[in-house]
Amino acid sequence: METILKHNELSLEKSRPGRRGVRFSAAQKGAAAYLPQAYLRKTAPKLPELSEFETVRHFTCLSELNYCLDGEFYPLGSCTMKYNPKAYDLLSSLDGFTQVHPFAPESSVQGTLEMLYHFQELLKKVTGLSAFTLQPAAGAHGELTGILTARAYHDARKDFKRTEVIVPDTAHGTNPATAHMAGYTVINIKSASDGCVDKEALQNALSDKTAVVMLTVPNTVGLFEKDIREIADMVHKAGALFYLDGANFNALAGLVKPADLGADLMHLNVHKSFAAPHGGGGPGAGPVGAAAHVAPFLPKPMVECKNGKYTLTGKMPKSLGKMKAFYGNVAVCLRGYCYLRQFDDSTFKDIGENAVLNANYVRVALKGKFNAFFDRTCMHECVLSVNPAEMNGVHTSDIAKRLLDYGFYAPTIYFPLIVPEAIMIEPTETESKQMLDAFVRVMEKIYDEIHTEPQTVKDAPHSQCVCRIDEVSAAREPNLRW
Amino acid sequence: MFIPHTEQDRKEMLEKIGVSSVKELLAQIPQELLYPVLDLPRALTEQELSSHVRALAARNKPLKNFIGAGIYEHFIPAAVGALSSRGEFLTAYTPYQAEASQGTLQTIYEFQSCICSLFDMDVATASHYDGATALAEAVLACLRVTGRKEILISAALHPHYKEVLKTYVRHQEGVLVKESPVGQDGTLDLAALEQNLSNQTACFVLATPNFFGCLEQAEEVSARVHQVGALLTALVSPLALGVMQTPGSYNADFAVAEGQPLGNAMNFGGPGLGIMTAKKAYMRQLPGRIVGIAKDKNGRRAFVLTLQAREQHIRREKASSNICSNEALCALNAVIYLTLLGPKGLQEVAELNLERSHQLAELLGKVPGFKLKFAAPFFNEFVLECPVPAKKVIQKLEKKGISAGYALGADWKGFENCLLVCATETKTEADLKAYAAALEGI
Amino acid sequence: MHNEENCRFAKTHEWAHVEGDIATVGISNHAQEEISDIVFVDLPKVGQQVTAGQNCCVIESVKSASEIYAPVSGEVVEVNSALVNDPALVNREPHGNGWLFKVKMTAPAEYENLLDLNAYNATLKK
Repeated sequence: METILKHNELSLEKSRPGRRGVRFSAAQKGAAAYLPQAYLRKTAPKLPELSEFETVRHFTCLSELNYCLDGEFYPLGSCTMKYNPKAYDLLSSLDGFTQVHPFAPESSVQGTLEMLYHFQELLKKVTGLSAFTLQPAAGAHGELTGILTARAYHDARKDFKRTEVIVPDTAHGTNPATAHMAGYTVINIKSASDGCVDKEALQNALSDKTAVVMLTVPNTVGLFEKDIREIADMVHKAGALFYLDGANFNALAGLVKPADLGADLMHLNVHKSFAAPHGGGGPGAGPVGAAAHVAPFLPKPMVECKNGKYTLTGKMPKSLGKMKAFYGNVAVCLRGYCYLRQFDDSTFKDIGENAVLNANYVRVALKGKFNAFFDRTCMHECVLSVNPAEMNGVHTSDIAKRLLDYGFYAPTIYFPLIVPEAIMIEPTETESKQMLDAFVRVMEKIYDEIHTEPQTVKDAPHSQCVCRIDEVSAAREPNLRW
Repeated sequence: MFIPHTEQDRKEMLEKIGVSSVKELLAQIPQELLYPVLDLPRALTEQELSSHVRALAARNKPLKNFIGAGIYEHFIPAAVGALSSRGEFLTAYTPYQAEASQGTLQTIYEFQSCICSLFDMDVATASHYDGATALAEAVLACLRVTGRKEILISAALHPHYKEVLKTYVRHQEGVLVKESPVGQDGTLDLAALEQNLSNQTACFVLATPNFFGCLEQAEEVSARVHQVGALLTALVSPLALGVMQTPGSYNADFAVAEGQPLGNAMNFGGPGLGIMTAKKAYMRQLPGRIVGIAKDKNGRRAFVLTLQAREQHIRREKASSNICSNEALCALNAVIYLTLLGPKGLQEVAELNLERSHQLAELLGKVPGFKLKFAAPFFNEFVLECPVPAKKVIQKLEKKGISAGYALGADWKGFENCLLVCATETKTEADLKAYAAALEGI
Repeated sequence: MHNEENCRFAKTHEWAHVEGDIATVGISNHAQEEISDIVFVDLPKVGQQVTAGQNCCVIESVKSASEIYAPVSGEVVEVNSALVNDPALVNREPHGNGWLFKVKMTAPAEYENLLDLNAYNATLKK
């Protein structure tokens, strides 16, 4: 059969000169009437020329090539792919919010400021911290904000000798990269054999040169640092600050407050823990919270409430400055605000409890075929490891691809680095038992395939619009544009 | 909320795990800290939430907006939101599993392509947080490439961008940020620029239009910058490029922009869309995701995240940036917008911006006591010098339902009476006349 | 021409082959196998000073970035420009045309301290 419409034809390949998707009323004069000739563009840009209908069909067809959370289970460890409530899509697109200019008079933007103020307050309540900035645009941006806040704190105390940031080997790559961006030297410490921080290694690494210790809680193998209070004391005794990477906050929701664990600074991912959609890679929002002694150093401005009026205060003399133009990813914060308003004390803990329940259910159900690397009760995610010797030449990456054939997105793989052939599964609290059972059945089926028809697994996926992709030649001869 | 388990489900699951309660699973947490009091307000149902949030939205007062200053009000065709809000785009993750993410990957490739062509630059990334952070990261790249320590910026750079840039480079050892002044006509003083440039200069940050709306003599600037072996980083308006000379045409090494004007709403300033482009020679200095064309094993065209060895998940502390996510959904809005408009539509809307702003400038300049501050060419905004402090003008016009502009006095000494005014294609000729009429008598 | 037998090795898997005061530097066959499909070599600049034991070059595969340490100190006098368009040359001929750069040595004694092939192979077995 002749394939008439190629599934992945570029918009430019569909383009025909003279077609239009949208028209504007013509200006009376051309650009040359307003600008000197030298300032004008010499050749037209190579943009596609499509009708509105063709544009709609082009992007609709492309969207259908995606797996997405609305359609498929996304057990992507560390990414908290939980349901994104539809009400927030609608509410965050109200004209009253979207059509607001960041420099509009404050009296005309009281609704937005009120929302932002109360979002700050809610974040304080669920974490126990003293202040929150909503400026960071993402988790990694929040980390940078947090570490620069710590740096401003130490600098204000004229404690300039602190040049090191301690990071465990299980950390997300963003932690060491963040510390480096902030001008710090990164000290990596190995984890203990139980997957938690090696306290002795930490004690040896701590000194009067330590500025910050960055820990993810629960950590990236899905375990709660059992001696977290003791660790926080060690950090504080050394005069350093404890930065709690809140990427995994979903596991703590309602169960424990980060401030009670001794955190001086932390970021939250609104697009993970507070159900804002990931949008294929963003925008997110990464609010950063601080304990009272560090709060004055957060970025400016913050939203304040004075006599019932909401205002942006730039009067923060100790602030590190600005991390982003304007005030943060407001539309994403609005979704987070909506989410938090739907919980009270008695229901917020359901998030953490059921995230933990679901992860442990999957961990136990897979036992015998796929075993957890640290075989004990986990928090919101479990990290499995396979023994290559028993896998008929099949690797974790093959299992990930084979899952796609069965209608599941893949777990996070090869992370954390300390777990060989890691498969990191985070079901989240919004998945049903039926879905988890289906996932377990498919994983068992793949296990059987590995032993009966390994080539099928190695050649996966078989069901997608493209087969396994040659990433080597793509990186050797990059084709990054038309 | 949003948890599907029935009591029966939960019972079966706990049995399977071999514990009698969820609390048993939480034994890892210090028990004295478990279940803290949060003091959250009463939980709202969806219906209550909807009323509450709509009431908040209604508390924002709609004003006829004449502010630009980095975020611009433009018409957004309905198809943009209709397509980008599809769950298949909205609820997908970063396209790690390329085979199941071809839709997102191809849209990013098309975004990169449209941007490269619009800017006349070789490479574009999948996007950055916003224009300010894209600029800061481009400057960090210039420091790495040249090994030099001095950053020279236009004094007429957006004040927020200046602050963000300073935050980003503050802890780079020995790095210095200097400003090069603006002359009487609102554009860079080229003689002063020449004096400020030296063989210590890593890069010059050119903004055109600059914060005053004025267009710079980019070719003249570029020649001077390259003469001393420095790099040129240009901050431009993507919409203006529908008619204006491109960063590639004046040999910019990096070009960045706030991409919000391309199909994204103002949203009180965020999310924005950081556009980052470079010459091919600096491709591996770019931070963040980049999508490339590849072939699958059957030789079919496919799209994939590429050049990943630059990134934090591989290089960790050796990575040039910690950036992980981007603003993919905003980039999707931008590429749908550009696809709908095409080259002709973009030219049309750019010309309308030129026309409206020039019409407004002419009208306002005729109001007694008011005059245009600068004579340089401009795109869609300009500085109006008022007979009274600009803040007063803003207050008075707010009462007439008009958001008059941005008061420059807080950022520039001696500019207390200066108002930065913007008119895009969203303003009708009647709107312009209403603004001028409102100024009468101030 | 350099081959495995007439080179000396650093424990970090670089080799050096000396002619006069010029050392040609590359990576061992073992190292290229470990890195696997090389997609990019970030070469040092001609004229750059390198110090024995310090990183001066990065080799990228799809999923890794490996730092290359100079086995000897001196000034880079030539880089293998063939690698710009064909980085896989390092995979195919790690000891031949896949060399990385040449150094005019300032401390030739450093070369003498490197491992010979047998001693290097012995480190791989550990």
